[in-house]
Amino acid sequence: MAQEKQYIVSTSPHAHSGASVHRIMLDVIIALLPAVAASVYFFGWQALRITAVCIISSLAIEAISRKMMGRNLGIGDLSAVVTGLLLALNLPPSLPSWMAIVGCIFAIGIAKQLFGGIGYNPFNPALVGRVALLVAFPVAMTKWNDALNPDRWSGLAWAVDATTTATPLGAVKTALSNTGVIPTDLLMSSKSMINYMLGDMSGSVGEVSAIALIIGGIYLLWRKCISWHIPVAFIGTVAIFAGILHAVNSDTNMPISFHLLSGGLMLGAIFMATDMVTSPITKKGMLVFGVGCGLLTMLIRRWGGYPEGVSFSILLMNAVTPLINRATHPRIFGHVAKKAKTGVNDK
Amino acid sequence: MNIVKALFKSQGGIHPKYNKELSRDKKIETMPIAPLLKVSMSQHLGAPAKPLVKKGDLVLRGQQIGEAAGFISANVHAPTSGTVKAVAEAPTAIGAKIPAIEIEPDGEDKWIDGISGIQDWKNADNKELIAKIAEAGISGMGGAGFPTHVKLSPPPNKPIDTLIINGAECEPYLTADHRLMVEHAAEIRTGIEIIRKILSVKTVRIAIESNKPESIEAMNKALADIDGDVEIAVLKTEYPQGAEKQQIFAITGKEVPSAGLPMDVGCVVENVGTTLAIQDAIINGKPVTERVTTVTGNPVTSPKNVLVRLGTSYTDLLEFCGSTKNDVAKIISGGPMMGFAQPNLDVCTTKTTSGLLFLAPKEVYNYESMPCISCGRCVEACPMNLMPSELSFMLEAEEFAEAQELNVMDCIECGCCSFSCPAHRPLVQHMKQGKAWVMLQRRKKQ
Repeated sequence: MAQEKQYIVSTSPHAHSGASVHRIMLDVIIALLPAVAASVYFFGWQALRITAVCIISSLAIEAISRKMMGRNLGIGDLSAVVTGLLLALNLPPSLPSWMAIVGCIFAIGIAKQLFGGIGYNPFNPALVGRVALLVAFPVAMTKWNDALNPDRWSGLAWAVDATTTATPLGAVKTALSNTGVIPTDLLMSSKSMINYMLGDMSGSVGEVSAIALIIGGIYLLWRKCISWHIPVAFIGTVAIFAGILHAVNSDTNMPISFHLLSGGLMLGAIFMATDMVTSPITKKGMLVFGVGCGLLTMLIRRWGGYPEGVSFSILLMNAVTPLINRATHPRIFGHVAKKAKTGVNDK
Repeated sequence: MNIVKALFKSQGGIHPKYNKELSRDKKIETMPIAPLLKVSMSQHLGAPAKPLVKKGDLVLRGQQIGEAAGFISANVHAPTSGTVKAVAEAPTAIGAKIPAIEIEPDGEDKWIDGISGIQDWKNADNKELIAKIAEAGISGMGGAGFPTHVKLSPPPNKPIDTLIINGAECEPYLTADHRLMVEHAAEIRTGIEIIRKILSVKTVRIAIESNKPESIEAMNKALADIDGDVEIAVLKTEYPQGAEKQQIFAITGKEVPSAGLPMDVGCVVENVGTTLAIQDAIINGKPVTERVTTVTGNPVTSPKNVLVRLGTSYTDLLEFCGSTKNDVAKIISGGPMMGFAQPNLDVCTTKTTSGLLFLAPKEVYNYESMPCISCGRCVEACPMNLMPSELSFMLEAEEFAEAQELNVMDCIECGCCSFSCPAHRPLVQHMKQGKAWVMLQRRKKQ
């Protein structure tokens, strides 16, 4: 008799959707491509340099730290590429490369791998990297290039700082603390609103072009990599908060559109706050999370020491994610208010 | 008679590849009796039946060879006439070893004397009808195998107002119920009328998924002139719309309470195959000796819907379908979502064998699992609204008691979570482990 054939025996289900972490990460990368393209257009070589440095060093640090910790060398899930890319998009274009590498060490080595690797990090790794750099190198981290600087494609821009300027949010903060009122040239004309939408302003590599980020966000929604809850709650809360402040006193508070388009809100709300690992798992929890991020962002922007609060607000909300999850467990099917609804569950 | 869309939609659910086209249009074929039948004493949920025959006995088709052992149990009958070769343990689809009666058919296929139905069932006493159903050994033919006579005898404090006939067949690949509805709609109608009388319910809903227009059409035709509140409820094509609790919700909007039964919300759900068996028992007096099962999968030479005698080995069943033309990596008794993988083809058909599925190597997934990335897809997919990711974490750490607190027992093991997980975590597998632990604790306490 022929040798008996061996069949695979496992418990059900015997079918799978084909979804994978690799594919989700790839989708995030694809979704970020418009923002990367916009950043290269506005900031030239600098944007390309910082993006490449962050991705390559993130992968290297992921591999090295996994080896040091005796984990298998699983960098194929692309999560390190996503972290590197997101960190790059959160940095000023002129940041020296070695500082960017330090940021990657914080992001991947400390915030991610020290906590157990993918899935186990409580805080968004890219934001930890950014905030670590902000604390360590406050000057370099707040030096901003002009968008569309004519030198952005010259060899010089690669080596030397371009002319630097304040971000729109930074300019407002400085003006408010100096004079108590907003300079008229900052109050948005319709032209500057379109510029902000497209990304023609100074800021982090990837935060400037709202339109590119929104295109990426739509792609992620379509691919079901994110749901609308966090971005809508986050952006909506900022809009409402800003609207109230502006209505109360338009001399000291910028209009809604400025708050929505001028800083890191779009990047934060669409790509950072929606990080699966560090945000709540339930839809209700996501709404709570998004509202919390929005409130903290506006509190920091309006009353805090920093001009921008998106990164801090997301990190603070990351810290309460487990609590939000716990508090927003969905009602299990069949756990009805038993007597009231069915009246017959009287075993 | 109306065709209506199901009013409600329970949360969660998934859309696997259905692959029903392999066998959907294949008429039911009657398989010749195999050279040896091994009739298991455990063809239903509950205690295995007690063998009533011994080696050397001559049996006739329809002769009772196993007696229900306890309240939740069911009789077993000889699928054909022949000689009992042995009463020995044999493997079942779930891997347990259960006594089975081996019958060598004599080729005559002679029915036992005295097979007769209850012609005047409309005026018969319900007790008599239920006794007939119990005698015929009918148990749920959708898969779980709950003894039907028990289901049809709800305690008096549980009034039943709605009968749901489950023709959803939401498991991918399977088409047996579909064919039954297409080819035996009139008999199913009689079955429905019998059950309706027994339960004395007014409302009847025939639940069919929207991907079976032919079934809907056939049932609609057969039921055209039926009196009373009878409707075909078209369910959204989504797994697991055939699951009892989800189906009741889709049709009535009522949630079966946790740890409760459909009768707690006034419902009884019967599978179409069971309904047909009830018709056969009451009208023709025939006990369950055969069933329709789907033999399918890409490696199978000619996938079929087969009317097969109980106790036919999977080997013979596959042979009837022309064996396999390509490599097989996995054999599944039942559908791909909740069926049982088989190490070989030794197991024999029972009343619950809804299908036999063969998967090619490239159709079998074999992933290494990763840490959970909290994407929430399992939470979104879970039709019970559980948080499989969280429960899985706990169960992985063997924190069974805590998982019990978080209602692991509400899991219906549909597998939507594992199906959806991008990290390929064995979520439902963890849940099954957790449920087994809880059951063990309960048994220890007793």
